[in-house]
Amino acid sequence: MSPQSDRDTDTDAGRDTDAGRDADAGRDADTGRDTDTVSGGDPMRPSDHVDSAAPTGGDDAGDAGVTQPTLGFTGYVRFFWRQLTSMRTALFLLMLLALAAIPGSLVPQRTADPNGVVQYKADHPQLFPVLDTLQVFDTYTSVWFSAIYLLLFVSLIGCIVPRTRHHWQALRTRPPRTPARLGRLAGHRSVPVDATTVTGAASTATGANAATGANAATSTATGAPATSTTDAGGTTDAATGLPSVDHAITRAAVLLKRSGYRVERFGDSVSAERGYLRETGNLVFHTALVGVLVAVGLGGGFSYTGQRLLVEGQTFSNVLGSYDSFNPGRWFTQSDLQGYNLTLDKFTTTYEERNLDALGQPLDYTAEVTAREKGGQERTERLGVNAPLSVGGTNVYLLGNGYAMQVTVRDGDGNVAFKDVVPFLPEDSNYTSTGVIKVPDAKPSQLGMVGFFYPTASKLGSGAFASAYPDAQNPMLTLQVYRGDLGLDSGVPQSVYSLDTSGLEQIAGRQSKTASIELKPGQTQQLPDGTGSITFDGVKRYVSLDVHHDPSQAWVAGFAALAVLGLLTSLFVPRRRVWVKAVPRRGAEHGEYDLEYAGLARGEDPNLERAVADIARRHLSDLGVRIPA
Amino acid sequence: MNDLTTNLATYSVVLTYSAMAVYVIAFISFALDMAKRSGEVTAAAAGRAPAAEPRTVATVQGGTVVLERVDETTDGGRGGRGTKFERVGMAMTVLALILHVAAVVLRGIAADRVPWGNMFEFSLTGTALITLIFLLVQFWQNLKFLGVFISGLTIILLGIATVNYYVPVRPLVPALESYWLVIHVFVAIAGTGFFALGAGLAVAQLVQTYRQGRPVSKQLRFMETLPDAERLEVLTYRVLLVGFVLWTFTLIAGAIWAERAWGRYWGWDTKEVWTFIIWVLYAGYIHARATRGWRGARSSWLALIGFAAVMFNFSVVNVFFKGLHSYSGL
Repeated sequence: MSPQSDRDTDTDAGRDTDAGRDADAGRDADTGRDTDTVSGGDPMRPSDHVDSAAPTGGDDAGDAGVTQPTLGFTGYVRFFWRQLTSMRTALFLLMLLALAAIPGSLVPQRTADPNGVVQYKADHPQLFPVLDTLQVFDTYTSVWFSAIYLLLFVSLIGCIVPRTRHHWQALRTRPPRTPARLGRLAGHRSVPVDATTVTGAASTATGANAATGANAATSTATGAPATSTTDAGGTTDAATGLPSVDHAITRAAVLLKRSGYRVERFGDSVSAERGYLRETGNLVFHTALVGVLVAVGLGGGFSYTGQRLLVEGQTFSNVLGSYDSFNPGRWFTQSDLQGYNLTLDKFTTTYEERNLDALGQPLDYTAEVTAREKGGQERTERLGVNAPLSVGGTNVYLLGNGYAMQVTVRDGDGNVAFKDVVPFLPEDSNYTSTGVIKVPDAKPSQLGMVGFFYPTASKLGSGAFASAYPDAQNPMLTLQVYRGDLGLDSGVPQSVYSLDTSGLEQIAGRQSKTASIELKPGQTQQLPDGTGSITFDGVKRYVSLDVHHDPSQAWVAGFAALAVLGLLTSLFVPRRRVWVKAVPRRGAEHGEYDLEYAGLARGEDPNLERAVADIARRHLSDLGVRIPA
Repeated sequence: MNDLTTNLATYSVVLTYSAMAVYVIAFISFALDMAKRSGEVTAAAAGRAPAAEPRTVATVQGGTVVLERVDETTDGGRGGRGTKFERVGMAMTVLALILHVAAVVLRGIAADRVPWGNMFEFSLTGTALITLIFLLVQFWQNLKFLGVFISGLTIILLGIATVNYYVPVRPLVPALESYWLVIHVFVAIAGTGFFALGAGLAVAQLVQTYRQGRPVSKQLRFMETLPDAERLEVLTYRVLLVGFVLWTFTLIAGAIWAERAWGRYWGWDTKEVWTFIIWVLYAGYIHARATRGWRGARSSWLALIGFAAVMFNFSVVNVFFKGLHSYSGL
């Protein structure tokens, strides 16, 4: 039987060729053919997406056949734009992005590991300039890496903009017509509605026939052949006791609507579609990725990070001059710094003391701090690893710690030339630390000292000291002392952690007659040649703090969360169409008909069959129709 | 030093070795099952000529895959019970997993924290989770034919872990002291489990594609008892999809944790880079699958490249690359 004759016998006159094509092709392939009229609400895809209509002829990469007319300028633009927004380009760029990210993991990066870069330069003097020219040490801000992800995002935007427009229209479109034949669609089943499946029907019908002939006559007169009509809004046909077609379809529409379907009735059938959220989720996911990129890109400009080393008892103010180092974003202004004070009250480290495999391993770092915001109250907080402190629009992170020496130096004249706390930098896991004490005010000559600090000093066989434990259980400070011009007045900036000993004369240490000075807390030693004395007043802990202000962080997090939600809906919400249709039985005398159910997947939908079966089961039980075994 | 800790850690190791021994039995059983399948196919072919009745499970309608008979078993119409060897293999896998989980739990009690604080513990827990996911997936689909792959992978990884990565119980460094260790790492392990399963399916898919391109292949006859290439492709996709979602979560959870611990949510640390690369590769896989001409063998290759990156990230990056994630304990 041809579709044509099939349609002729159909009671629904409103069916057109579209429906015929629907059934034959299994889908109305309106995408790609006519993007302006969205009849089916199919998600729009790049032309080489598997769900797009197959190319009608030639290669879909621009139909580069001989019949192709010469492309004008706009033609070329259009052509390249289509290439850029195609699936294959997106795929290629994704793979390229993965590949381009690799070098950054093989070679130290300036942002993450600046010392590593310096070391690499020393280790590979020949290779370094080549790689540096290629921006390998700044892989993730390099021209080539940026080019790849920017192209990828342009391609992405070029893909999602038309798709969003299309989806917006699809969201306001009714479900398409019911196909003429459901037989070839997924989960198709046909359930007879007659005396064999409806319990009440047989008895009622027989009873009615037996009781009065008049009733039977009425039944024939009013329209036994007109199966699709009912007694004004009744749920069952009075004559046959079967649920009326109208009622059955209405119930089906209600059921589908309740199950989240968008429902449209076409005569004796209902067409339903659900899962528009799938495409919405997909678009939200991709848009959120663009959002993440924009938030990262723009947000970085308004952010700032600063480092500050803070000894116990010291106070740090959130003003520019108070930072040891400061990295502002592009659009940073000083007014972005909200004023607050932060005092380090106490810093403690807990060490592993029982497990011999990990003796002395730090278990926890805790800094007790007092924060005073402008106009705010003083509050005492605990700052630790994994527990940053939020104050004055910034987050304060505890990233390092060490020992600082409290020393007092008296010069040859007996005056106090230096009284300060000097942070020493830890060199190993047992906190053997080094530092420099510069005393430019000492008379008659300036003094410089290179010191070693051992929290738990133990003498090695060689006579040298080493630290055996990170906690300050047996603290000892050793110093090599130099005298001469420290060069602080030369105008060349110097590091506080290093001493240029060229031009200085060592007066205590290996290269001099006097041995290095060894001090325990509270001890004082005279320096050689009457140059003065030094007192080791005590040890204090210090912390190195990172202060971050990044207004974009919340945006990035928000977009990331949105991306996850979009991803989940786009991957796990099924998009499907379901049809319920009443097909009158030819020559039926008592208004018997068949109810047909079928579905169609729009994209990945492994549960379609089950869903159709479920709809059918619920609908039939609602109608009181038994499913034949 | 706490004696209890040492004892528990020792018991954990003993249990790990026991589990490995049972995994080996499981592996051999699964392998014998494969051999038996070859024999069955040959016998069936001799018995009735048209052995292969069409078992189309997925039809392509204008590019949209419509699955038909989803509930149909994937064991190639062998009655759903499998061979005796397969059943032994599954039983041994369950037994091995019980021992394995006991080892994980004891290690956790010994360390008094989640048992994934270093490379050894990560491998120990990770392989247990891979096996668990393999077993749980059976309730959804019959993927017992992956038993050889999964038990083999588990034995190799456990072997490497016990021989090369073993470290005594140590407390966590402060940077790891966070509930994110529980979330971030656990989700990462779970994601890895699904990626492993997906890799096994992708290999099967590639073999099936290769065989389907040839009229009659005498080699690897047991493959005829496996689902066809198209079905395997769909299964690979669905397993990897779960993995991808978990990996996305790993990435984001890691960023949140990095913000708490290191003061920045993303810093292109080596481990971050490789997590990102893996994410992009699997995103590529999902796109490839939706690209005309790429669904099937090509996307399967991408799935395998993705898994290779996962293994690389786990082994080489952890041990040899310098970065903030240097928690291997080696």
